[in-house]
Amino acid sequence: MTALTLTHVSKSFGAVDVLKDISLSVEEGEFVVFVGPSGCGKSTLLRVIAGLEDATAGEVRIGGDLVNRTPPSKRGIAMVFQSYALYPHLNVRKNMTLALRQEGQPKEVIEERVANASRMLNLDPYLDRYPSELSGGQRQRVAIGRAIVRQPKLFLFDEPLSNLDAALRMNTRIEIANLHRQLSASMIYVTHDQTEAMTLADKIVVLRDGRVEQIGTPMELYNNPANQFVAGFLGSPSMNFFPAGLVNEGDARTMGIRPEDLFLSDTGPLGARVVHVEHLGGDTNVIADVQSHQITARLFGQHGIETGQALRLGFKPDKIYHFDAGGLPA
Amino acid sequence: MNKARTNPANTIAMHGALIAYTLIALFPVFVILVNSFKTRKAIFREPLALPDADSFSLSGYQTVLKQGDFFLYFQNSMIVTLASLFFILLFGAMAAYALSEYRFRGGKFLGLYLALGIMIPIRIGTVAILEMMVATGLVNTHWALILVYTAQGLPLAVFILTEFMRQVSDDLKNAGRIDGLSEYTIFFRLVLPLVRPAMATVAVFNMIPIWNDLWFPLILAPAEATKTLTLGSQVFIGQFVTDWNAVLSALSFAILPVLVLYVIFSRQLIRGITSGAVK
Repeated sequence: MTALTLTHVSKSFGAVDVLKDISLSVEEGEFVVFVGPSGCGKSTLLRVIAGLEDATAGEVRIGGDLVNRTPPSKRGIAMVFQSYALYPHLNVRKNMTLALRQEGQPKEVIEERVANASRMLNLDPYLDRYPSELSGGQRQRVAIGRAIVRQPKLFLFDEPLSNLDAALRMNTRIEIANLHRQLSASMIYVTHDQTEAMTLADKIVVLRDGRVEQIGTPMELYNNPANQFVAGFLGSPSMNFFPAGLVNEGDARTMGIRPEDLFLSDTGPLGARVVHVEHLGGDTNVIADVQSHQITARLFGQHGIETGQALRLGFKPDKIYHFDAGGLPA
Repeated sequence: MNKARTNPANTIAMHGALIAYTLIALFPVFVILVNSFKTRKAIFREPLALPDADSFSLSGYQTVLKQGDFFLYFQNSMIVTLASLFFILLFGAMAAYALSEYRFRGGKFLGLYLALGIMIPIRIGTVAILEMMVATGLVNTHWALILVYTAQGLPLAVFILTEFMRQVSDDLKNAGRIDGLSEYTIFFRLVLPLVRPAMATVAVFNMIPIWNDLWFPLILAPAEATKTLTLGSQVFIGQFVTDWNAVLSALSFAILPVLVLYVIFSRQLIRGITSGAVK
């Protein structure tokens, strides 16, 4: 069964079209990540699914039921917000149980669900504290707990990690992945961070300017990007683009190659001058100019390369991509 | 810690300025309180002297308390002030919530229109207001004053509260919607507690002019049963003879409740409840 189906969904604010004809589906138990640059409409899409915004056109179905006219609380969803959005005047336990009490669930059910969620998220010591007495990571766990106790058909995450520091972000990312395995629930996760998208998703939806650019598994998107935008958006550091004419005289296409597919080679086709070197220990990122085009090479291991040095870079022919003037593969 | 705050010279200068300001602000209150306990002669001989065995007198308070209606006046002032504040805060907050939360045609214009009232003194309309009150039979009732004061306080209340409500996190309201709270519950349980400091500010701004007002009680509700304290104190002020003891004692009584209300509201000004809600 499909957890969510969107059919030709559009959303406009006045004359501004934020979402343009979006159709996609989320299967039961699937972890789907919406990813795209800021302003691409991914959060708006999530809010349309949640019912916080009405779709201007198109159908939203959750678990097979048409929910265009259903208020958020009746859609069988739970949402985790970027800013946590905990109720400041309620303690952790009451924050988590508010929705269930609103639904009129019996007390035993509420207590059991809170106990389960709290065990899963290690929240037991904090149940009687108020949000202001918790750290950022703990607040985020409470926000996730508040979603879990509702046992929704669909979890919605709106950039839940962007307020956490780097170390905590990695831990919480793993926790969310574990959670998805334990609950085997359908989840939609919005982020602008392509690392989160690649590491968490069963399926990634890449959005740009309110349109779906490509839908697929992380590796499909990485290996077979549908266009130049997707190729450049996924992968870190991002793919290098330069005129193919640099390598093949007279070729008008754009050539794309990932930084990790470049290597040092005395006979390589690209002559480059080093602009900057990032020594990461395990990797070395070399930023260099090939004629007037800046490219990045990610070299494995440590290299004694210095700024201003000239070097030649090579690549395997099967690792390169070509795009036409419209950004489509050619 | 901030260097400027730990420097002793700065600390002394800062406290000096604050103490000087406090003295200036409290001086009239001090003079009223001190003189209300003195004999009439002593008031005029040495207005700044503290009451001693010779000059001490409670005659002012006796006059005020013997004037049997004094507690009624006091009660009238309380009713009118508290009811007006209640309606100003309730309707002001509701209007502000609508203006800040919902997008609708003409919303900006409506906000501007409501704020326009800040610039137009309500006393300009006194004659029309009196005619309306006569026509509706509200003259000499508490409602006459409450309605006028509510109208007078709303523009500023809407203006201030709208700005504050814009700062309340959208995520929080949306979380409430997803959890199945009604718009009313979101307004009363989530938004209002978060703008409590702003509400207290509005309450303090409105309370003192309403409590002290002489104009509207004199025109709209001069009857014995609805006289406010400020109006009631005027009985001691005559064209030729003024009972200063009684006037000063009445004023001393009048200061008390404002002080109490101010302490209540200013406690609310202390922030902190918002921290932890977001981020």
